Amino acid sequence: MNRKALAAAALLLATGLGLGAAVAADKLKVGFVYIGPVGDFGWTYQHEVGRQMIVKEFGDKIETTYLENVSEGPDSERSIEQLARAGNQLIFTTSFGYMDPTLKVAKRHPKVMFEHATGFKRDKNMSSYSGRFFEGRYIQGLIAAKMSKKGVLGYIGSFPIPEVISGINATMVAAQKINPDIKIKIIWVNTWFDPGKEADAAKALLDQGADVIMQHTDSPAAMQVASERGALAFGQDSDMIKFGPKTQLTAVTNNWGPYYVERVKAALDGTWKSEDTWAGLKEKMVVMAPYTNMPDDVKKMAMDTEAAIIAGTLKPFKCPIMGQDGKEVECKGGDALDPGQVLGMNFYVKGIDDKIPGK
Amino acid sequence: MQLVLEKRAERSTIIALVSPVIAIGLTIVTMSILFVIIGKNPIAALNVYFITPLTDAYSLQELAVKAAPLVMIAIGLSLCYLANVWNIGAEGQFLVGAVAGSWLAVKTNGTDAGVWVLPAMLLLGAIAGALYALIPAFCKVRFGASEILVSLMLVYVADLLLDYLVRGPWRDPAGFNFPTTAEFDPVATVPLLFEGGRLHLGAVIALVIVVAAAVLLGRTIKGFEIRVVGAAPRAARFGGFSSNQLVLLTFAISGALAGLAGIIEVAGPVGHLQPGISPGYGFTAIIVAFLGRLNPVGILIAGLFLALTFIGGEQAQIAMKIPLDITKVFQGILLFYVLACDSLILYRIRLIMPQRKAADGAA
Repeated sequence: MNRKALAAAALLLATGLGLGAAVAADKLKVGFVYIGPVGDFGWTYQHEVGRQMIVKEFGDKIETTYLENVSEGPDSERSIEQLARAGNQLIFTTSFGYMDPTLKVAKRHPKVMFEHATGFKRDKNMSSYSGRFFEGRYIQGLIAAKMSKKGVLGYIGSFPIPEVISGINATMVAAQKINPDIKIKIIWVNTWFDPGKEADAAKALLDQGADVIMQHTDSPAAMQVASERGALAFGQDSDMIKFGPKTQLTAVTNNWGPYYVERVKAALDGTWKSEDTWAGLKEKMVVMAPYTNMPDDVKKMAMDTEAAIIAGTLKPFKCPIMGQDGKEVECKGGDALDPGQVLGMNFYVKGIDDKIPGK
Repeated sequence: MQLVLEKRAERSTIIALVSPVIAIGLTIVTMSILFVIIGKNPIAALNVYFITPLTDAYSLQELAVKAAPLVMIAIGLSLCYLANVWNIGAEGQFLVGAVAGSWLAVKTNGTDAGVWVLPAMLLLGAIAGALYALIPAFCKVRFGASEILVSLMLVYVADLLLDYLVRGPWRDPAGFNFPTTAEFDPVATVPLLFEGGRLHLGAVIALVIVVAAAVLLGRTIKGFEIRVVGAAPRAARFGGFSSNQLVLLTFAISGALAGLAGIIEVAGPVGHLQPGISPGYGFTAIIVAFLGRLNPVGILIAGLFLALTFIGGEQAQIAMKIPLDITKVFQGILLFYVLACDSLILYRIRLIMPQRKAADGAA
């Protein structure tokens, strides 16, 4: 059977490639590749909300498709390729690990437009986009330090990549402004989405004395554990208030919708260009969920900080930033760390009693 | 009236052959019902799952790309299972093979190393996989440890080793600290069979392994030995076959094949070492081995069939908006029916009518 299949493959290839490429339809076909299930209530869910927003905005002018639970290994290139071959002209690949596969497929389909989230490689027909999530983390750090009675924060890390490290550092830099002796406990779960592991990590952190939990993973499991144990927590990626009505302080939510609307519009108008977008609170790609379960003065501080970040008067990574060894980190961006230092962040700031895995 | 499972005097060879066919048939019927329930046309859905992927060159290539590692690993596992030893850790051997081969690719990256790099990588991958598999085998032979547990637990060790390497010493210096090695050089990459596609030399290697396994099992004394030790250990002992030696041998072979599959996957479709290089190939291969009746040709067909459900499932998501969960249900139901039908190899179903009085019997 396999040999026949191979022979058939060879024959078809010899007689001309591109049989699978669909004929361009009148509608703009837009494809999405998701790392998790659309029902993760976190990262993927927020992308799905963005997709629904473009459906609402453009209605009949577009047709959307998504592939969920696409692992970042050898399968992702095929999934992206399948979408391109099915005639999708604009394809969003929404996880870091899709970067190289997206690039490979983009080179094979020069007429298809690709948008890759949270990576750093681009091409003529491949944009990259990401959020300045650390801005929200900074606000969370302030709130956490104010609300923690024991002065111990618990942080669930997914993978020690710069985006996650910069989130931890932003939290800590802010928390130290309130309480210079604040402690942070970090557990790495090595997954983006595994509610069981996330819940175990949350329990372990609470057992180690943390009373405010935050996480860089995609499910509301940590929120639920904190809720059961009467601790406080932050939502992640999406507003998780319904999983902890008495627990959630706020959440750094990812608001992809406006960006997706903008890019689909550009594709429809024929003005789409490969770009690098790194947007934060100001552009509303990063949005804080309502500040809840905290006294009014803390709430006011959070809102003022948010306004200051939006106005550009407050920079989370304002120099001097001290490294874990107590030495000042080189300040490449004038008065704050420059984007490259944040996007490639691989050091902890002073006061974090942990070691970056693999370093 | 009562249904009873009755043990057969001997294995039914007919059922052994048709059982997978019955299972697939029942799966299709069940899935059709499921498609109707979720409001999809079952004919169209089955068409997308099973027929569409076979009708264009691109999907056929992808089928082979997906099936190649599954078949390679499953062939090795089948030798273990035939010998009645249980290597559950092929996933770990796959990862260790990938790591060992990648070591050379990372070390020679950017240098003018010759064409020997890839063959050496494949060799390293196979050797490392074999050595890694020999750990549980040795523990079993020497200490009587359960090879199932030891091999399974070594999967996590391999996973973390890979994780450590790509986050630490082997990390791409130009990769913004993301956990991946640099892209392998062309001499460290498995060549494609056709320009523009993804079908690589690994598919050919998988075919060669299928043939080699068929020869080993069908035509050699060693193959006979493997089957005898598995089926009749006492008889094998009387025959002078060493079961310990066979444990080591089958584990080494299956580890080598898993390791080879690992390095081919990394040096082929992925192109660099990173976490998550295996979407559970080592575990899926266990299903493939049993679906293929532990027979090399059967495994080839089973590997392609399982690959078909993955690729068809993806096309169903795109073309008919059928959720991924349905594909998972699909694979689950298939395994369920295969196991259920397999019980008919050893048992027959008998209908027992209620006992009646002799007088009634005459009527």
